[in-house]
Amino acid sequence: MSSQAHEHQPLGGRVLTLPFLICAALVAVAGVILFQRYTQGLAAASNLNDGYPWGIWVAIDVVIGSAFGCAGYVIALLCYILNRGEYHPLVRPAVLASLFGYGLAGLAVLVDLGRYWNFYHMMLPWYAQPNSVMLEVGLCVATYTLVLVVEFAPAFLERFGIEGLRAKLNKVLWVFIALGVLLPTMHQSSLGTMMVIVGHKLSPLWQSQMLPVFFLLTAILMGFAIVVWESVMASLNFRRPMETPVLSKLAGLMLVVASLFVVLRFVDLIVRGQIGQIFGGPQSGWFVVEMVLMISGLALLIPKANRNRSRALFLSASLLLAAGILYRLNVYLIGFTPAVGPWHYFPSVKEIMVTVGVFALEIALYLLFVKKLPVMHAVHPEHG
Amino acid sequence: MPDGHVDLDAEHIGDLDEYEGALAGLSRREFLTYCTGVAATLGLSPAFGVKIANAAVAAPRPTVIWLSGQACTGCTESLLRTHHPSLETLILDTISLDYNETLMTGSGHQAENWKQQAMKDNWGKYLMVTDGSIPTKDGGVYCKVASKTYKDAVLECAKGAAAVISMGSCSSWGGWPSTGVNPTGAVGLNEIIKDKPVVSVPGCPPNPYNFLSLVLHFVAFGKLPELDDKMRPKFAYGRLIHENCERRPHFDAGRFAMEFGDYGHRQGYCLYKLGCKGPETYANCPSVGFNDVGQGTWPVGTGHPCFGCTEKGVGFTKGIHELASLKSVAPPNSYPAVAVDKGEGMSAGAAAVVAGIAGAAVGAGAVISSRLGKQDAKTESSSTAAE
Repeated sequence: MSSQAHEHQPLGGRVLTLPFLICAALVAVAGVILFQRYTQGLAAASNLNDGYPWGIWVAIDVVIGSAFGCAGYVIALLCYILNRGEYHPLVRPAVLASLFGYGLAGLAVLVDLGRYWNFYHMMLPWYAQPNSVMLEVGLCVATYTLVLVVEFAPAFLERFGIEGLRAKLNKVLWVFIALGVLLPTMHQSSLGTMMVIVGHKLSPLWQSQMLPVFFLLTAILMGFAIVVWESVMASLNFRRPMETPVLSKLAGLMLVVASLFVVLRFVDLIVRGQIGQIFGGPQSGWFVVEMVLMISGLALLIPKANRNRSRALFLSASLLLAAGILYRLNVYLIGFTPAVGPWHYFPSVKEIMVTVGVFALEIALYLLFVKKLPVMHAVHPEHG
Repeated sequence: MPDGHVDLDAEHIGDLDEYEGALAGLSRREFLTYCTGVAATLGLSPAFGVKIANAAVAAPRPTVIWLSGQACTGCTESLLRTHHPSLETLILDTISLDYNETLMTGSGHQAENWKQQAMKDNWGKYLMVTDGSIPTKDGGVYCKVASKTYKDAVLECAKGAAAVISMGSCSSWGGWPSTGVNPTGAVGLNEIIKDKPVVSVPGCPPNPYNFLSLVLHFVAFGKLPELDDKMRPKFAYGRLIHENCERRPHFDAGRFAMEFGDYGHRQGYCLYKLGCKGPETYANCPSVGFNDVGQGTWPVGTGHPCFGCTEKGVGFTKGIHELASLKSVAPPNSYPAVAVDKGEGMSAGAAAVVAGIAGAAVGAGAVISSRLGKQDAKTESSSTAAE
């Protein structure tokens, strides 16, 4: 493919649109709550307690937020490692989405950490406990965020015309792209490992030695789904042509990954002898919802014609995203029962508004970046 | 040799006043360790161990005359079962135990003469220890030694004693011979000897280390330790068993064994409802333990309720199953649940926000998919038209 075909350009247009302003307002609300959280402590803003030290700020902002951020991972994997050039138009928007997903997940950790002022201890080798899964996740996510900045840097450099540096960066970019594929593989599976070590506190419907595999699969699945979803939404809202030929191929991959996930889930339950838990085990209802979402999402993609229909793609991507979200929420919060209790946890309104604010910030920044920086590939008359 | 010749019968029994002899085969280190242990039992600083050691080997050692009345000899027996190290050797050598019916080798007139000789030689200086109660009914005829009633024997011996110690509950307040119908009119030593303070070490048997600590305190400092209103040393009888009991947390949490062998009993719950008298009995059993075999070696530790052996009016008087009268904390009639709900559940506001977000997502999804549906239809019709 010639480089001409993949020229990127800013979308332009007004920045202060209604969606942007709504997002900005939600961010402001979150900012006020965060001011309270940092001046009066965690209890003033959240329902976090000793039984549930991880609430939605970890389960949604970090665990699910970083899965949203896997768009860059899967597209880089496809485009550069498997050398499938046809996915190239999707790289920059995907990397941008990942950058926000991961950057804000990192910020959310600082919100959730009780003693956030010690966060840099993670980077100091003499404080490290090298067998800790948490350390692996922490370091890996921090490194990956930096890698994403480098991966996205060409867009900046192009925009501000720093061509010399861009040319130099292009020569070593492959190192970062390789890292950008390696690191998420490591920490997305480790997110599952973290819940392996909680042992019996996690319902047998989810507790499994296979958790790292399932987390990696959902990361890949949600990465694909978010690319498809974003692409459809961008086409609709920015009135751009659909990238359906590329998306239909992605849809085929989604179908494979989602089917693999469902099959492995049931095989795992049968091998562990916990299949009966589906009927009346703890939180089994949520397992059923999770599976219904997942199976209906993949079923939509089985007829080949559907993979070319933007509505089917959108619905399927939405359902698979919802299934992935619910799977991760189930593992981190819903299926989790603290040992000595009974403990209760449901996020407070303030907690929810902070999470909403984080995602609103993500959307606002995305809108700003695609309008001001060369992220989307240029639309040529033959496409339109 | 004719009977009654005290000077001939009383043979020299070893060079007890020499340093080596006084240590009785212990190494110097073993001896100092032992004395430091005694200091710890008394609640003194370890530095006092040296002082106690010096006092114990200084010659002449104080004479102890031990008389036994109506008793089971358990007090003396328990004294023999202490092993850190070989207590019986030490008690024979650090103090000069000149008369004890259970332990002495001599018998008959020889033993009696030796007692008289020892009393005469140490008049006004010796320690008098008794175990067993004193019968008073019918002129005290129910217990006689060498044709002398036990009552007369203790009165005689007490006259020349520097201090009087009653060992065990029988001697302290009458013990089991005095309970119920009390056919012999048994009483404790303090009811016979009125002109001298009678320090008591009650228990059935008392912990031998309490007795030993008391004696060594007397030897080391020349005076008795602090005593309570019943003349018991406070270091051993200052607190209720209930206060130091290892099962106390179960009492406070309301977990009781209800009958022998039930779930609570097997789990080591509090024995109060089985009739444990720990809440009204002063003794250090839970902290010191018996027989030097580690923690938990005392009645409650092995699963039996304390029956209050040290307390007059409790031990041998109240039934084992009877509830103790609580001297410190009374258990409430009901307890807060162990599993109290903790943490915040779903608030109405949070539920509304979550429902709002979910509703907005589904609504937006529906709108978007209908718009996409129209777009798809347009694309498909245009592509069909193009064909």
